[in-house]
Amino acid sequence: MAVDAEEPDRRDFLVLAAGAFVAVGGAMTLWPFIQQMNPDAGAQALASIEVELSPVKEGQAITVLWRGKPVFIRHRTPEEIKAAVAVPMDQLVDPLARNDALPEDTPATDPNRTKDGHENWLIMVGICTHLGCIPKGQTLGDSRGDFGGWFCPCHGSHYDTAGRIRKGPAPRNLEVPVYNFVSDTKIKIG
Amino acid sequence: MKLVQPRWRIAALALVGALPLLGGAAQAESGHGAAIERQDWTFGGFTGQYDQAQLQRGFQVFQQVCSACHSLKRVKFRNLVQPGGPQFPEESVKALAKAWPYQISGELDDQGNPIDRLPGLPDPIIGPYKNDVQARAAQNGALPPDLSLIVKARSAEQPSAWYNQWLLMLRDIAIGYQEGGADYLYALLTGYHEPPADMHMQDGMNYNVAFPGHQLAMPPPLSKDAFVDYQPESGVKGSLDQNARDVTAFLAWASDPTLDGRKRLGWQVMLYLLITTVLLFLVKKKIWSRVEH
Amino acid sequence: MSGLPHESTYEPTTAVGKWLDARLPIFRMLHAQAVDFPTPRNLNYWWTFGGILTFMLVAQIVTGVVLAMHYQPSAEAAFDSIEAIRRDVNFGWLLRNLHAVGASMFFLAAYVHIFRGLYYGSYKAPREVLWILGVLIFLVMMATAFMGYSLPWGQMSLWGVTVITNLFSSLDSIWKGLGTTIVEWLWGGFSVSGVTLNRFYALHYLLPFVLAAVVGLHLWALHVVGQNSPTGLDIKTSSDAVPFTPYATSKDAAGLFAFLLLFCWFAFFLPDYLGHADNYTPANPMVTPPHIVPEWYFLPFYAILRAIPSKLGGVIAMFSAIAVLLFVPWLDTSRVRSTKYRPVYRWFFWLFAFTCLALGWLGSKPAEAEYVFWARVFTFYYFAHFLIVMPLVGWFETPLKVPGSITEAVLAKNKGAKLAPAKS
Repeated sequence: MAVDAEEPDRRDFLVLAAGAFVAVGGAMTLWPFIQQMNPDAGAQALASIEVELSPVKEGQAITVLWRGKPVFIRHRTPEEIKAAVAVPMDQLVDPLARNDALPEDTPATDPNRTKDGHENWLIMVGICTHLGCIPKGQTLGDSRGDFGGWFCPCHGSHYDTAGRIRKGPAPRNLEVPVYNFVSDTKIKIG
Repeated sequence: MKLVQPRWRIAALALVGALPLLGGAAQAESGHGAAIERQDWTFGGFTGQYDQAQLQRGFQVFQQVCSACHSLKRVKFRNLVQPGGPQFPEESVKALAKAWPYQISGELDDQGNPIDRLPGLPDPIIGPYKNDVQARAAQNGALPPDLSLIVKARSAEQPSAWYNQWLLMLRDIAIGYQEGGADYLYALLTGYHEPPADMHMQDGMNYNVAFPGHQLAMPPPLSKDAFVDYQPESGVKGSLDQNARDVTAFLAWASDPTLDGRKRLGWQVMLYLLITTVLLFLVKKKIWSRVEH
Repeated sequence: MSGLPHESTYEPTTAVGKWLDARLPIFRMLHAQAVDFPTPRNLNYWWTFGGILTFMLVAQIVTGVVLAMHYQPSAEAAFDSIEAIRRDVNFGWLLRNLHAVGASMFFLAAYVHIFRGLYYGSYKAPREVLWILGVLIFLVMMATAFMGYSLPWGQMSLWGVTVITNLFSSLDSIWKGLGTTIVEWLWGGFSVSGVTLNRFYALHYLLPFVLAAVVGLHLWALHVVGQNSPTGLDIKTSSDAVPFTPYATSKDAAGLFAFLLLFCWFAFFLPDYLGHADNYTPANPMVTPPHIVPEWYFLPFYAILRAIPSKLGGVIAMFSAIAVLLFVPWLDTSRVRSTKYRPVYRWFFWLFAFTCLALGWLGSKPAEAEYVFWARVFTFYYFAHFLIVMPLVGWFETPLKVPGSITEAVLAKNKGAKLAPAKS
């Protein structure tokens, strides 16, 4: 070779600086490629939906689709509400309300998971907090688990009549989405 | 490292210089439309950005004039709130959507019956017609196109002699000229005139100097006497020319809503590349200084 | 890879390195080919385009795979999904611009690379296979780019596909029904439709990997025969060469970043300059745009197609324009490789370069009398250059005196520079 074994000086400032620039540029280039996987502007701005509640009789439940997720809407009976209110807080697996409309550290009392004056309506995202299955308990023939609420057949999580996890592998109570009563019989989710 | 030696450069230049003599007649341009004059746009060139106030005025013109026939369906109401656009306050856009004269159709109610509903922030800015067939039926067979991409979908050719064209091309590349569509649209909006005496106009057609063939189905949307007045506090007086300019800018944004961010990031990238290229060139020089080459 | 004989200085230092080297000597091979590989010491910047092309191939595949995550290949949804990428996907506008402009930049670099090969005689023995692989790469690139341009499903996509696939219908004049059969087979219907779009998408995703494989062979062949040099001389002694790293690597890096400046200028400031406004109108099978023009990198071939008055003849001429490149190693009869030492051929080389530019310009013009006339003149020279000029000039031309070796050429040049310091 035309060059004797004189190795390039690796501590050379110029080589270091150029190498650093190329490396930083390469790393920054990754950013758009990572970001593009996130939900796009269209998905983030998905519509809120309005649901008419009047056809849902006491003791019945319906499931509606919101942002691709099933939302459970249950018209609870007075007994179910009473049972939920009566649960002492120290028996809860997850002591937090998981209500998107309330601060994160709100305790998981029954009133904190519903709206004042509309305690008979329980509205939750119907996705088990364990691994994302949809719990049973919406139709009359379904098993409702040991606590009369919902039961996830995938890995056996039991939820009570306020949608709180009581037994099984699920770590958190079912999520309550942001919603509002537009009128006495109509809610808007999102 | 000499690919082209000096006398070859001279020879090549002589060749290029001599060619106009060979083919001077080839410059006759095909006669579609008139030459489109280039306008001064705030968003033009490699540094230009949209003027928020102009986009807001342009939207007003779109709303009061264009939207009578045209949709803007690839633009959603939420886009009017975004930075880099007209950036209206969210509350006023919500109110705007609720008051939009046209409703979203095609959805079903609980009973499975098709319903119409008011648009909201995530919904497209729709026009008066539910589909193209309905639009044609209402417009004498002519289809008012959706305007979301109209500026990108049009261009303006610069007629010039063939031996000049590559120079103009290089100039456009150097200045980052991409506004042919906007120039054309402005020329079209301001291009309605009385037809020349010898021109036979088809029934229902309108003479327009910028339109290829000069016969345009769209009646003049703006005129000297019928234009949109802006709010006095905007400080800009409405006129045919001002309306055309503003609505063109608005439609340019509609077809390229990421322009502001694109050019901003572009300059950061160019700066980075410039520095790195110089550094790498110096490294190369240093390494190669150890060997004659 | 065996390759040009040269000693490898690779010695694994760590225990893991030694363990792996005994089982899969991949780092030994990489070291031999990318570090120790002897490179002529007189390579100029035109030689950096090989590295630039490798980069562009990888960049196109990476941006393409990412765009495929958002694109929907159906006649109903394709155009809308591209608009969603431009407007809603995070950095979608950037990825889409990089991919679309990247295609043009890929071709720009490929054309520079091809003309560099033609100028310095890089196709001559023993590099014939290397050259032929290059022509195959060019063909696959063209097919990939053509199919890629159909994907946005705008007006120019639809009508470009219609016009180009209809070329095959010219075969009807050889055997009645043959062309129509082929065209309907390509379309999967009786016109270009969503079915066509779907298969083009599948092939557009596949072909780049075929391309990568042929590029692998191209590089393999290169490392067997070694690089040509501006003098057209091979490496004869070790003083003719420098190790690939850091010499060629540092030069390639500088060349690549300079090229990226141009690339990013277009991607950020002129993203639509190299495209067509008509492709922002959704495909409409009822209306043909007034001027159907292919992408700029196909224009010379498009001009050749239109220059021939017969339908079949035009198609044959267009494909021959590429096929003739395959025979260049044998059409050139010159004793020396580099045009640097060929006083007569030099003129013809630049005339040929001008011809290609002229054909490109004519291809963008409507097929009207004046333009067609000049397209015929330049088409004639395009073929004459390969079929007449190359064999004849090589035969009668007396080349200039070629230096005895690369080292000799370098030293002579630098001595000349020292005598006349004003010339750099």
